[in-house]
Amino acid sequence: MIRLDQVTKIYPDGTEAVNEVSLEVGEGELCVLLGPSGCGKTTTMKVINRIIPITKGKIYIDGTDTTKIDEDELRRNIGYAIQEIGLFPHMTVGQNIQVVPALKGWPKDKRSERAEELLELVGMNSAEFMNKYPSELSGGQRQRVGVARALGADPPILLMDEPFGAIDPITRVRLQDEFLKIEQEIKKTIIFVTHDIYEAIKMGDKIALMNEGRLVQYDTPSNLLFKPKNEFVEQFVGADRALKGLQLIRVKELMTGTPPLAKADERVVTVQARMEREGVDCLAVVDNEGKFLGWVDRVNVGKGETVRDIINRSVATATANAVLSEALSLMLSSGFKTLAIVDGINKLEGVLSFDAIQLALSEVAQRRGSE
Amino acid sequence: MVEAWQWVTKHPDKLAGWTLEHIWIVSVAIAIAVVLGVALGIYISRPGKEHIADSVLYLAEIMMTVPSLALFGLLMLILGTIGLKVIGFLPAVIALVIYGQLPILRNTYIAIREVDPAMIEAGKGMGMSERQLLFKVKLPLAVPIIMAGLRNAIVLLIGITAIAAIIGAGGLGVPIFRGLRNARMDLIIIGGVSVSILALVVDGLMGRVERWVTPRGLKRR
Repeated sequence: MIRLDQVTKIYPDGTEAVNEVSLEVGEGELCVLLGPSGCGKTTTMKVINRIIPITKGKIYIDGTDTTKIDEDELRRNIGYAIQEIGLFPHMTVGQNIQVVPALKGWPKDKRSERAEELLELVGMNSAEFMNKYPSELSGGQRQRVGVARALGADPPILLMDEPFGAIDPITRVRLQDEFLKIEQEIKKTIIFVTHDIYEAIKMGDKIALMNEGRLVQYDTPSNLLFKPKNEFVEQFVGADRALKGLQLIRVKELMTGTPPLAKADERVVTVQARMEREGVDCLAVVDNEGKFLGWVDRVNVGKGETVRDIINRSVATATANAVLSEALSLMLSSGFKTLAIVDGINKLEGVLSFDAIQLALSEVAQRRGSE
Repeated sequence: MVEAWQWVTKHPDKLAGWTLEHIWIVSVAIAIAVVLGVALGIYISRPGKEHIADSVLYLAEIMMTVPSLALFGLLMLILGTIGLKVIGFLPAVIALVIYGQLPILRNTYIAIREVDPAMIEAGKGMGMSERQLLFKVKLPLAVPIIMAGLRNAIVLLIGITAIAAIIGAGGLGVPIFRGLRNARMDLIIIGGVSVSILALVVDGLMGRVERWVTPRGLKRR
């Protein structure tokens, strides 16, 4: 799909930003360019849509040399998302998303239909946000619009330069999870630049670790963690490899289906009987639409008449696309040994138990020991 | 002061005539100055034109420092040699266009050059041509600063037009110079005060126009 063949970029002042980098990204793959600042990862991304011209080497997209394609035409077929500052402040959210479709000459109704569709895809209400300006949005909302804009004309390739940078960690994790879900739907070939190894392990099918303009190791996240090619990779990955290994496993791989349930208006005695019957210490409380409300714990049964009186609402939830390390830290901070797994609208999908994480952790540790 | 007021109540038609003439001269000059200044500003803001930009801006600055009386004299000389009318409307408008250049040209140039490079990269990255980048990104983002320059230029020209009366262009400078020649304080006051009021009113109007043409997303709330 995308092939870089000994690509070199030397700036007029002699700086070697990228040095003979060769790599191939298959169709539908998400390739993360990772490395310390100044390693050439952003330059490597920007040579693909020729924002930065290369000094030596060749870049092929679907076998075609990119220099043979008209520059503007090439770029209109590659989605481009840079940090949130990339949104045009003088255009509405809708206009921003329609930039590339407009450049490609799509008819007006097709364009606005597409913009609505994309806003919904990134989890924003199109009626509410279509006519807002970027200055009226929060940081996280701007990032979402940035992703929607990159998808504007449905390009087969996406370039993303730290698309989830510069926002608070909680929103960041949510955006990552949502993006992973979107990615499964849209199946694009994606080049994703980040300096954050956690993000790289979580998002990437493959990771290209760079240093001083050179490609050091191009491998799967798991191989990068457990089969580092040299000392630099080992150091960059860090000593806490087993913990980082938790980034490799997603909640959905370990979660179990919907647990025994309770409704908020049920009587405590009924619920207590159910706990006995099922042999559990707690039940998940949901409303009539199946949305998660909290937990009801056996130790609290004497404290009220109905479930509503004794429900424990202060519990964290995670989505199925979250990785184990995130789930673990949510569990630790909530003090509850079971984590409710919900979908985008807070509907209960299943649960993840601490025991399951423990088991996974020991497996990861074994994998490390067996090398 | 009292005499000035009495004169105005006696001859409102004359004052109205001078004011209209004044506005007409400024309008024609500004219209030409905007087209010229914005076009030139866009041209010199293009990449690779930095050396031209420096000299053009320097020239415009020098022209600003030439006293208006001297410039009118100079223009009479030049227009005379090429056989055009040396007094009246034409030389006045030419001089005013020259004075209007600096604020418009400089603000256009700066506004376009100062557009956030991230915006330009985003536009390019999405496949905009240079032209599309200029009209869809750079110019809309530059509008507030260009408008501020235009507003400056208009107020400046309203003042200078008063002096253009000396080469027979008409306008509110007429009573001022007539008063100076005949030691008539009332006429000087009428001309001076009218010019100031006109400048204030137009400045206020331009403030509204500025808000109106600024793209909504750029407005400060």
